[in-house]
Amino acid sequence: MGSLSSNPELLDVAARIAEMAGPGEQVEAYVARSTSTSVKAYGGEVESLTQASSAGVGVRVIVDHREGFAYAGTLDEGVVLEALAEARDNATFGEPDEFNGLATPDGVAPADLDLWPEHLADVPTADKVAMALELEKATLGRDPRVTGVRVAMFADSLGEGAVATSTGIRAWGRAGMSHLAVQALANHDGETQIAGGLSVGREVTDLSIDEAADDAVLRATRLLGSTKPATQRLTLVLEPRIAATILSIVGGMLNGEAVLKGRSPFADRVGEVVASPLLTFVDDPTDPRSLGAEAHDGEGLACRRNELVTDGVLQGFLQNSYTGRRSGTASTGSAQRGIASTPGVGAGALAVAPGSGTHEDVLAAVEHGLFVTSMAGLHSGVNPVSGDFSVGVEGLMIKGGQLAEPIREATIASTIQLLLLDISAVGADLEWLPDGSGGVTLVIPDIAMSGT
Amino acid sequence: MLDHDLIQRTLSTALRTGGELAEIFVEDKASANAIFDDGKVENLSSGRDRGAGIRVIVGDTTGFAHTADLSATGLAEAAEAAGAAARSGGGGVVEVVLTRQHAPRPNLIDVLPEDVAKATKVDLLRRADATARGAGSAITQVTARYGDSRRRILIANSDGLLTEDDQVRTLFTVMAVASGDTGMQTGYQSLGRTVGFELFDSYDVDDIAREAAARALLKLDARPAPSGTLPVVIGPGGGGVLFHEACGHGLEADLVAKGASVFAGRVGERVADPRITLVDDGTMAEEWGAFAVDDEGSLAQRNVLIEDGILTDYMYDLLRSRKEGRARSGNGRRQSYKHLPMVRMTNTYVLAGPDEPDDIIAGTPDGVYVAHLGGGQVNTATGDFVFGMTEAYLIEGGKITEPIREGNLIGNGPAVLASIDAVGHDFAMGSPGMCGKDGQGVPVGDGVPTLRVPALTVGGTA
Repeated sequence: MGSLSSNPELLDVAARIAEMAGPGEQVEAYVARSTSTSVKAYGGEVESLTQASSAGVGVRVIVDHREGFAYAGTLDEGVVLEALAEARDNATFGEPDEFNGLATPDGVAPADLDLWPEHLADVPTADKVAMALELEKATLGRDPRVTGVRVAMFADSLGEGAVATSTGIRAWGRAGMSHLAVQALANHDGETQIAGGLSVGREVTDLSIDEAADDAVLRATRLLGSTKPATQRLTLVLEPRIAATILSIVGGMLNGEAVLKGRSPFADRVGEVVASPLLTFVDDPTDPRSLGAEAHDGEGLACRRNELVTDGVLQGFLQNSYTGRRSGTASTGSAQRGIASTPGVGAGALAVAPGSGTHEDVLAAVEHGLFVTSMAGLHSGVNPVSGDFSVGVEGLMIKGGQLAEPIREATIASTIQLLLLDISAVGADLEWLPDGSGGVTLVIPDIAMSGT
Repeated sequence: MLDHDLIQRTLSTALRTGGELAEIFVEDKASANAIFDDGKVENLSSGRDRGAGIRVIVGDTTGFAHTADLSATGLAEAAEAAGAAARSGGGGVVEVVLTRQHAPRPNLIDVLPEDVAKATKVDLLRRADATARGAGSAITQVTARYGDSRRRILIANSDGLLTEDDQVRTLFTVMAVASGDTGMQTGYQSLGRTVGFELFDSYDVDDIAREAAARALLKLDARPAPSGTLPVVIGPGGGGVLFHEACGHGLEADLVAKGASVFAGRVGERVADPRITLVDDGTMAEEWGAFAVDDEGSLAQRNVLIEDGILTDYMYDLLRSRKEGRARSGNGRRQSYKHLPMVRMTNTYVLAGPDEPDDIIAGTPDGVYVAHLGGGQVNTATGDFVFGMTEAYLIEGGKITEPIREGNLIGNGPAVLASIDAVGHDFAMGSPGMCGKDGQGVPVGDGVPTLRVPALTVGGTA
């Protein structure tokens, strides 16, 4: 499974499909190809070693303002042609919508980003295996309470994608990433805790075994001895990765599609105060620090910097070509997709603008609170339409500005709208996360926590 | 799906540099989806995924490679990659003799989705939209989805196994949004079976639409959920996810073996009230988690996990059963040919008990009645779980009174299981689900009778 070629042959594949458009027909082809390796270590042995390559194409056809779509998990020519025929057939069952249409070039130049790890393809498999084994060993040797590792893993992927349309779009990009992940098991007095640690980067040399092992060990051991707290109201301190997770949910509510379809609690609120004046957040996939950085969106338009909330005031929504056209604005270069779906709308690199103070400074100012280290049930407990919010939390109590005893089996409840408005401090400790988002420590006072 | 000789050659190639077992998993999946949203047919899409995953097992090591290229060359390359990954030295010429094994289907398929006109599928969506919007003027948005898939799989391994399955699934879902003075609320209902288009002979999409709309409308007037620890009564069919999360995952042998389950080493012990019998059953006709063979070629089975409150067994896949020298249990599943199989649930349910459902509610002075739970999540190491209530009411003075808004329930699996003090005789299966583990999703089913947990933490705001 050799390395990927560096010339955009894939763009030719996409262009050939797009050029099959008949009169009065628009055709878009999104073609993607990737290779990946994953090594899992367990008990000092390689538990599994996976080597894989994938390729596929998604074809969208628009005719008489009707849209149809089909995809195939192969670039086999016969199957690709079948997908085009299926997409054409599917379009005859769509209902006409005057706003349906593919993207057209909008003159915005794509950012010049270097997302390709030149050396990753040449790293011998044996070195990747060694890193996974070393990670397991490092995690086990760090703390006597760590009694096991569920899995220690090295994984990488190299991928390229191309979009071509009969409306003149030609876009191509490639990126690669590697990561180390480990899940540590900690035991004390018959109680077991499990937690994960990560190290993510583009080249293998960006990865740190110590960072992943330390992270897993800290997270698994600090909850040992946790008990269920009493029901109370307190101040929440969210660590950067949890703040980023919550802001990703907010990002979903600021999606032009949800707004148009009456499913966003923030519809009609542009220009209004929707959050604390301390909060500014931006989606900027052209920021090379983000692991979600990309030059082009899923429709082949240039990605760009979109400020969503500035000093608490809602600036606007993310749009793809369809939602931009229908809402009377324009695409913000925010089409998100895989080969198996039509482009949706979403953020690629949503990040909070750093505030002031280190993580420790922020904590020290909290008299009675909870430092949240994990949230559970986000997919079932947050309603993106109503904004109702109820999740399980674990973490460390804060007493007089100091971290105190660990707690578990508690829930917190509020609404997303209230959480945003009530933010009372924003840390300066910006942390970029594996999903491309960036978070900082956030403080939200007076939250209901249910326990015993 | 693949020529007999080619399968044999591929397995031999995989073992050429050594290895104890080689396996090929071939998959050809066709799917169709239609979305009716915002008052119109928004999109019809079709998909085709075809490929093979090959693994070679040597001791505790598995080498795995997958390819979308089912030609002799493509398969040979993947077989060599998988073999090299599990390199053990030795090897040589290995001859594989395959014996075809017939696997009985849990149910037959009457109408293959590919034989149904797209216009007919679209009509169902249009009807559901009209019905949901007709349920009340407060209904402001409706999304209806139709989905079908046909997944044909073939599994062969160097022990001589050769078997196939043809898995058809049909799904219909409706989400309604209701708007009122208190903002927007959503209601969701779904229907899914491992059958073809005959699904709609037995079930009416208007009912699905009405239930989704009713759930959204109900919540417009709902009070905030209470917070704190309360008795919780779970309605029939609405709470199977509780058992899936609270103990199902902890009974998966791969997690047990790694010490990542609170149920490790507890077979033979009492873990629940004698009224609780928990079963995982891949043979259940038409249910969402049913199949003829699992993704390693084992026949689907009905496995009793907890019998009269005593933990009887865990669920196994090929790797764990080889390691422990015991039979597989038909729980080796994978999302697609691109994934390695692992231990997964199928249809997980609690058998009906002795109690009268009305008495269970009447015997609960104050608490919460959950008619329908949403998704959940569990930490298998601690047993702590969380899941959302999508339709719930207050119980006041032994009577179900007002609806309450969404909120999470949180508890500890072993503690909740041990504390259940009432089990109704009114068993029902629940909604089709998608279970995620280590990044892989597989379809699952669940079911429960009415039951009561005397103390569960409700995460509301009131």
